[in-house]
Amino acid sequence: MPNLKYRLLLIGALLLASAWALFPRTVVERVKRNGVFVTDTVRRVPLKRGLDLQGGMHLTLEIDESKGTVANPSEALDRALTVVRNRIDELGVAEPVVQKVGDDRIIVELPGIDDPVRAQGVVERAAFLEFQITDETQALERSLPRLDAIAARLLPQAAARTASATAPGAPGAGAAAPTGLGGLLTPGADSARRDTTQVAAAAGSDSAPRDTARRAGDSAAVPSTNGAFSKAVQQGAGIPGQYFVAESDYLRLQPLVDSPEVQAAMPPGKVLRWGADTAVLGGQVYRSLYVLDSRPIITGEYLVDAKPTSDPVEGNAVQFTLSREGGRRFQNETSRHIKDNMAVVLDQRVITAPTIQSAIGVNGQITLGGGSLQEAQDLAIVLRAGALPVPLKVAETREIGASLGQDSIRKGVLAMVIAVLLVMTIMISYYRMSGALAVAALVTYGVYTLAVLAGFNAVLTLPGLAGFVLSIGIAVDANVLIFERIREELDRGKSVRLAIDEGFRHALSAIVDSSVATILTAAVLYQYGTGPVRGFAVTLIAGIAASLFTAIFVTRTFFMIWLSRSPRAQQALSI
Amino acid sequence: MLRIFHNTQFDFIRWWKTAAMATIAFILLGLGSFAITGAVNYSIEFTSGTLVQLEFRQPPNVAELRAAVTPVAPGAEITQYGSATEYTVRAQESEQAGAGGGAESVGRRIQQALAAKYGAQGFRVVRTEAVGPRVGAELRRGAAIAMLLGSLITLVYLAFRFEWRFAVAAVLSTAHDVLLTMAFIKLFDIEVSLTVVAAILTLLGYSMNDTIIIFDRVREDLRQKRKEPLRDTLNRAINETLPRSVLTHATTLAATIALIVFAGEVLRPFAWVMAFGVFVATFSSIYVAGPLLLWIERRYPRPQVAGVTARPSAPRPAARETETAGAR
Repeated sequence: MPNLKYRLLLIGALLLASAWALFPRTVVERVKRNGVFVTDTVRRVPLKRGLDLQGGMHLTLEIDESKGTVANPSEALDRALTVVRNRIDELGVAEPVVQKVGDDRIIVELPGIDDPVRAQGVVERAAFLEFQITDETQALERSLPRLDAIAARLLPQAAARTASATAPGAPGAGAAAPTGLGGLLTPGADSARRDTTQVAAAAGSDSAPRDTARRAGDSAAVPSTNGAFSKAVQQGAGIPGQYFVAESDYLRLQPLVDSPEVQAAMPPGKVLRWGADTAVLGGQVYRSLYVLDSRPIITGEYLVDAKPTSDPVEGNAVQFTLSREGGRRFQNETSRHIKDNMAVVLDQRVITAPTIQSAIGVNGQITLGGGSLQEAQDLAIVLRAGALPVPLKVAETREIGASLGQDSIRKGVLAMVIAVLLVMTIMISYYRMSGALAVAALVTYGVYTLAVLAGFNAVLTLPGLAGFVLSIGIAVDANVLIFERIREELDRGKSVRLAIDEGFRHALSAIVDSSVATILTAAVLYQYGTGPVRGFAVTLIAGIAASLFTAIFVTRTFFMIWLSRSPRAQQALSI
Repeated sequence: MLRIFHNTQFDFIRWWKTAAMATIAFILLGLGSFAITGAVNYSIEFTSGTLVQLEFRQPPNVAELRAAVTPVAPGAEITQYGSATEYTVRAQESEQAGAGGGAESVGRRIQQALAAKYGAQGFRVVRTEAVGPRVGAELRRGAAIAMLLGSLITLVYLAFRFEWRFAVAAVLSTAHDVLLTMAFIKLFDIEVSLTVVAAILTLLGYSMNDTIIIFDRVREDLRQKRKEPLRDTLNRAINETLPRSVLTHATTLAATIALIVFAGEVLRPFAWVMAFGVFVATFSSIYVAGPLLLWIERRYPRPQVAGVTARPSAPRPAARETETAGAR
């Protein structure tokens, strides 16, 4: 029977191909050895496990529009994608996924990561580096009344009161107001508002001699010592343009300082920036506040390399190299500002503000003070990968512990084994020998489905596993349809061989129609689903396609072999 | 030969009024519960917010746990998850959190608060999920689109393969399944996550599958041009496919029960919805799709060609298929 031979050949070939697709193979990938990721070859079954099965972190990033609108979000996101991908690659994760989804979103999947906080920090950080000269013109003192007025308008009274209650220990201006601030604020703000016009006039003519401006500022500052800013801000030590703010006041003032309104109230060409670190003075925690020239002498875009270093004297630092052009500009600017202080500003936070001793060329160093070596490493990573072209924010995170993933696999596999056993028992006890043939076909079904999944590089997720278990139950449906049909044909007195032919033929339309309808639904699911649900849809489609093939081809072939081998079966079919 | 429900002659359609009342009552019960206790219990994927799943060394005191969590995440829901040592904390994103740290910081704050209370070794964070409001809204829309589009595509396919009366009856019966399942989810307070949405869609496919198999029989019987009302044809088709229905539902239910019992907490809502789906499919393909087909037939009768009940053009695509199958 040549027909039978070709059928068997096809089934065998497909089984072989499936086995090859599923055979553990050597792949090169990043694996974790003693806590560090190294590139190595491992042998594994080429079925990718989703994050929910192996543990890891999923991040969805979108453009943070609270920091200004972006003209062309899709294009900006494309550039951001490259930056994020470079950073992730340097972070060292096994098989990361960095993908743009739609026009407004980047998804990042980091399997097996064990420090999600750090990973998120590296991904999310804008990494916009600027070098700015600190202010020497007392610009803050000049604008204090205006700042106080803004604070009085924007700060909620209750928040102001709690903050003042926690800050009475602050020396200097802060200590001047041990009483509740709520009552005092209103008159202070009133006078401040009156003064604002006065100062604006003085500061508006920036070409006016500096001391006139300062005098105007000083006189304006006097009546408003009770304003939120004047009360909190104190003169710093040594570095011009540096001030201190008690940590409790920082929490209250931080959003204010970062608001465009406050920045606009500064004299032209000056900006206010917070320091990145805190300092402890006399038992009180302080945060620095800097006034800087708004024009950076150079930005991170000229940076070509950055690497972390550790120095016993200076602590951890990042050494950077500028491009030739950047080096030239840096040299020029620094030579004009010798003995001035230059603030190193990362993402609008001042990291250090050292005094320029001599002109600096292409090589520089950012000292991190108390920062750990890992912080230096992370900073070097983000500086090397470049700044994000648009600010990104995390819209969604999902972290799954590795133990949960393993637990899910164990339970999923157990459920699968039991489901298969139950289905086998039902089929064999009801259909006897024919049922056994269907079960044999079911085994090929399982192998084909997994092979299709591996072939399409599909990711096996937990819902996908559930879909697979479920599809085993549904997969026998086609067999059941055929068997019932064969029984009916036998009832009508047809011969065994004819009944089998007719049974397969009549059951076909129902099998095809129901399979196609399900595949269409699954395709829609794939199109509109995300992550795990997509995995589920893929498993379902692969399962239905495999079940269609096994039911109408494999089972049929098994029947043909059985009939040709067993004369008894031709007389009375065991069905 | 072991046989169940062989050569049955049940008059299924006779009971359609009782069945209709039962299903309408169940749906109304579900809808009524919507009116009283609000919408279904959406997972944070849809509502946005933060979920932290914790595993404690010792079973914690729930009141103490709540006291530890409340300061950092006011109004957080604390629920036991599976075993006595596992809990989930579900917090809505507060207003000011959006400005400062974004959605994830709530999870970190909960973690810190618990570390202060139970010590870093006292518990383990198994899973954290944080979803921003925009993502949640988009997912809701995506799920709705998937359902509508899925139905529409099936409608077109069935109209092409059968005829429009069958397609409309099948799709309307699917709509009924959605309502019934929503009522079930609401009444049994199942949390609607993306996985459950996938289960609902699978259920719809499964139920459609069942309907198609009965309709396929009707299509075939109509082709034999018996002189009998459609009602009798439908009844016979249901009876003829009864052994198949029973057996297929049995195997599917077996697989679903294996999932409910062994696959763990994460998949349990999925498995429950699927288990319910087996019954929905059985019921709706007999008592919803069938009567609907009869009703449509009465309102828009097919052209009668000299006492022939079937429109001759309708089964043609299927007939072609049988020929190719026979030639193999």
